Amino acid sequence: MTIHELSVRQLRDKLGSRDLSRVEVVEHYLARIDALNPGLNAFVHVDADAAVSRARELDSHASTGEPVGPLAGLPVAIKDNICQKGVVASCGSRMMAEFRPPYDAHVVQQIERDGGILIGRLNLDEFAMGSSSETSVFGAVHNPWDRNRTAGGSSGGAAAAVSAGLVPLAIGSDTGGSIRQPASFCGVTGFKPTYGRVSRYGLVAYGSSLDQIGPFSRDADGCRLLLQTIAGHDVRDSTSLTTTSPSEQNDAAFDVSGITIGIVDEHYGEGLDPDVSRVTLSAIDQLKQAGAKVRHIRLPHARYCVATYYLIACSEASSNLARYDGIHYGHRAESYDDLVGLYCQSRGVGFGAEVKRRIMLGTFALSAGYYEAFYLKALKVRRRIREDFDAAFQDVDVIAGPVAPTTAFELGANLDDPLAMYLGDIHTLSANLAGIPAMSVPCGSCSAGMPIGLQLMAAPLNEAVLLQVAGEFQQMTGWHQSAPLLDG
Amino acid sequence: MNTEEVRKVAKLARLKMSDAELLDHGQQLTAVLDYVSLLNEVDIEDVAPMPHAIETRNNFRDDVMQPSLTRKDALANAPQTDGLYFVVPQILGEKGGR
Repeated sequence: MTIHELSVRQLRDKLGSRDLSRVEVVEHYLARIDALNPGLNAFVHVDADAAVSRARELDSHASTGEPVGPLAGLPVAIKDNICQKGVVASCGSRMMAEFRPPYDAHVVQQIERDGGILIGRLNLDEFAMGSSSETSVFGAVHNPWDRNRTAGGSSGGAAAAVSAGLVPLAIGSDTGGSIRQPASFCGVTGFKPTYGRVSRYGLVAYGSSLDQIGPFSRDADGCRLLLQTIAGHDVRDSTSLTTTSPSEQNDAAFDVSGITIGIVDEHYGEGLDPDVSRVTLSAIDQLKQAGAKVRHIRLPHARYCVATYYLIACSEASSNLARYDGIHYGHRAESYDDLVGLYCQSRGVGFGAEVKRRIMLGTFALSAGYYEAFYLKALKVRRRIREDFDAAFQDVDVIAGPVAPTTAFELGANLDDPLAMYLGDIHTLSANLAGIPAMSVPCGSCSAGMPIGLQLMAAPLNEAVLLQVAGEFQQMTGWHQSAPLLDG
Repeated sequence: MNTEEVRKVAKLARLKMSDAELLDHGQQLTAVLDYVSLLNEVDIEDVAPMPHAIETRNNFRDDVMQPSLTRKDALANAPQTDGLYFVVPQILGEKGGR
């Protein structure tokens, strides 16, 4: 097997035994990026020189017996809405095309501390607002399984890069499914932790009560490793949890044969692609054969998730994006009449259509006379949605089902119909509204050969049970190992 | 939502839009608002709003001095500065642009 076909665990073993050097590993991935990224548009920036020199440094540490950290010198790529000091964080937006953050995000500091090598920056929907990675100022990400299809979004670059073997580990962000849906569309493992598990310090804000950073890898084991690095309390994020990190939880307490899995009847209704339905139910059946108990549960407010989410997320976005004023940083218009004109012109030109659409909806939902009927109502329904989950997790340990109603759709298919795009997020949004951990695990493919993910959700802070179930599922099946055929 | 209502929201949002954009946004916002009226079905009598997913109390930290951004770093990304301050168009009196 060549380097990019090895799992994260195998790579660490080979680095540990010196069968491979970090320079070899980094140079291999850089060559893959060179050859394959032009056809995928997953990376928007590659830090080749810095990555090789860091690899050389870590190799020399290793040779003298100095510790190299749990990430052992593995390359990690970062979604372009997470700050790295001095490296452009464009957020896929014209507004931020030249923005060089003056500080590192918490996750970036953690990755460097643990011996990860930052190799480049990943494409996304503008300001992480989208489900297809098509609204980026850099152009669309292409799905490695079929270049005419979307890689999903908004962390489409991360999912495509891991799927194509351009990097073994990647960091994305998930506000309404932006890690899990692209993971499902590209056939990789993607993990959204409990809200507050990972510090948002240095993540460019979209919907602050929903945003959460999380890992991508081919398998659950890789996600677990990167999650352990990035999770933990940080005083610079006031919503960062002070509870025990997932690595300190006792993984052995969980075993598929001892858990109860819930199937949500509402997830298997109208609008679900028959292949997605069949493949995810068959995956749940495999878990049942491994000893899990399976029962049917209800989430009565599931049908309200999309409406609730888009009101809350857009309201928060309209408030968060008010900071782009053309004064402190970001795009400033060439000509304007006065100060308000400077704001309006700079924002009118700097933001793309989808970002404007969300700012408009949020501004409307928060405006005098409409606040109670829209924003406040959505916050109340949000509690109903959370209560559904609290009740469900009294009866089951894990909820399993589809990540998205379809497999990856064709590029351009939903661009002119925002509501259709929003409805594709129906199965992922609820985990963000409720703040619970959730992940996507490759579990099969449709008749056209596109990957399908199984979504696993658990109660707040129960990351360990998800990783355990996903890990056991991946020992029983090989879906996470199947890779797209690529020229280059 | 008619064009005048959309124009008002765009002004509140500080977004300059062409007439064609206002028309598009009007149609799309109307479709989304029609859809979200679905929430009127939900019984929210006596339900407290839930602004955050994981409800935590205020997180306090010790009130001690920490290093913060230097002036140079803080100004580094600004479209226009005089080296000491962010430069904005004149706010009072005569209007002036670049």
